[in-house]
Amino acid sequence: MSDVLAGKPDLRRRGPSLSYAVVNTALRFSPLLLLALGWEFLGLSGLVSQQMLPGLGEIFSAFSAMLFGGDLLYNTARSISRAATGLGAAIVIGVAAGLLMASFRTVRLLINPIVQIFYPMPKSALIPVVMIWLGLGDSSKILLIFLGCLLPVVVGTYNGARGVNPFLLWSASSLGASRFEVLREVVLRAAMPDILNGCRTALAFSFILMVSSEFVIATDGVGFMISSLGDGGQYPAMFAAIFFVAGIGFAADRLYAMLSRRLLRWREA
Amino acid sequence: MSMIHTAAATRGRAHTASAISVSDVSHTYGARTAGGMLALDGINLEIGDGEFHCLLGPSGCGKSTLLYLIGGFIPVQAGVISTSAGPVTAPGPDRSIVFQNFALFPWKTVKDNVLYGLKKAGFAAAEREQRAQRYIDMVHLTGFENAYPSQLSGGMQQRAAIARTLAVDPGILLMDEPFGALDAQTRRVMQEELRTIWRDSRKTVVFVTHDVQEAVFLADRISIMSARPGRIQHVIDVDLPKDRGEEILENRAFIGLSEHIWRLVREQAVAATRGAH
Repeated sequence: MSDVLAGKPDLRRRGPSLSYAVVNTALRFSPLLLLALGWEFLGLSGLVSQQMLPGLGEIFSAFSAMLFGGDLLYNTARSISRAATGLGAAIVIGVAAGLLMASFRTVRLLINPIVQIFYPMPKSALIPVVMIWLGLGDSSKILLIFLGCLLPVVVGTYNGARGVNPFLLWSASSLGASRFEVLREVVLRAAMPDILNGCRTALAFSFILMVSSEFVIATDGVGFMISSLGDGGQYPAMFAAIFFVAGIGFAADRLYAMLSRRLLRWREA
Repeated sequence: MSMIHTAAATRGRAHTASAISVSDVSHTYGARTAGGMLALDGINLEIGDGEFHCLLGPSGCGKSTLLYLIGGFIPVQAGVISTSAGPVTAPGPDRSIVFQNFALFPWKTVKDNVLYGLKKAGFAAAEREQRAQRYIDMVHLTGFENAYPSQLSGGMQQRAAIARTLAVDPGILLMDEPFGALDAQTRRVMQEELRTIWRDSRKTVVFVTHDVQEAVFLADRISIMSARPGRIQHVIDVDLPKDRGEEILENRAFIGLSEHIWRLVREQAVAATRGAH
């Protein structure tokens, strides 16, 4: 047997060195630096009015004022709690619906047409509707975010669950797993890459719907903040809030990607 | 060819009780539609307790279908398949299977794959660990307990799959061309290994293959199946020593039997290609 056993794999793969990683990251973000320089140049050259593109320094001082003295953090927390509630509910219900669709023909026949009709519809079109239904409180925004995030999760789960290698299901049942155990321990796990992709799309949708719904129906939240600062002509503060949301969205996506990689470590080997 | 016996000539073999009994089983794919395809036609087969039985035939002869029916993975349409536990209606750990494409859970390590069936079987934690380790050692994967399947070669993955299946101690071991995806050297090593494991555990094995030499090397008895629709054309006893190693490939009886079976299989393969026109 020794010939087939030659060479154990190195199970602890090592990444590139730290200095390499720093240089690499700096290079990757250099287009952002160019963009910032262009921004400053446009403002200073007078091609665009300073009102419309305030200098980055101005934006930064507005930002620190809002961060330490103002209500930026409070509004952000309000927004994120709405997005997280809507997204969380969408993930739980979406994964369950996707699994059921993949497992039962009747459920599939029932849900599939609904998914196909609603998938391409922009969910922001529902803002007036949920406002009529649920008023101006948190629930209207949470419902909107939930509806927007639901379909990518359902579709991702369904596609993943349908694509599971049938031999894995047979293996599990011949090892003594019940139907429910096969669903939970094999289908769910095997579909995980597609589920996580669906959730990533949903995460982006949750940010979009969080901000856009707060433009229209809210008395707090970052979306509300951006629109009221804009209305009040406080452009540096408005831009600061926009950049802050963008930064949080970026961080959430990176965090999510890291979490996915951890969960899917078995695929990288 | 005096060393060749048909089943009828050697009724007195040591297979006391039937472990698997297949009677009048037919199977049609797409039976509910007009263009249904008859895959198996009137299969009758008795496989003895502790027997190593090979289903041999050209591709498309329905040998895997027959195995999946015995495993309970696809429902029996016509006829009856039964084991000592009664008629087969669903998959179960008394008839565990090894597939050609290994079908290890890719998100579980080697050890967790082996542990999966042991947990289902309800072993206590300490005994689970012990058993898993014993079977991992048995298939020479010691040191690879924490490796994921994707980190292993094909041969190692298949050994892990065999360990996972053997660990639950099924009375009947079903194998669907388990070495088909391996390179020639690994396949030979695995065949010898499987013979040894079988000899020591005395399980009933049903082994599907299209490789004549593999069938003769491994089996006590070989069912040669016809091309579509699958029928059992010949059942042949393999009267070779129990202990079979590399040297048996030089054995005249082995060579003679292989040639005889090769001709029988070839007839079926030729018939299959004619039938396709």
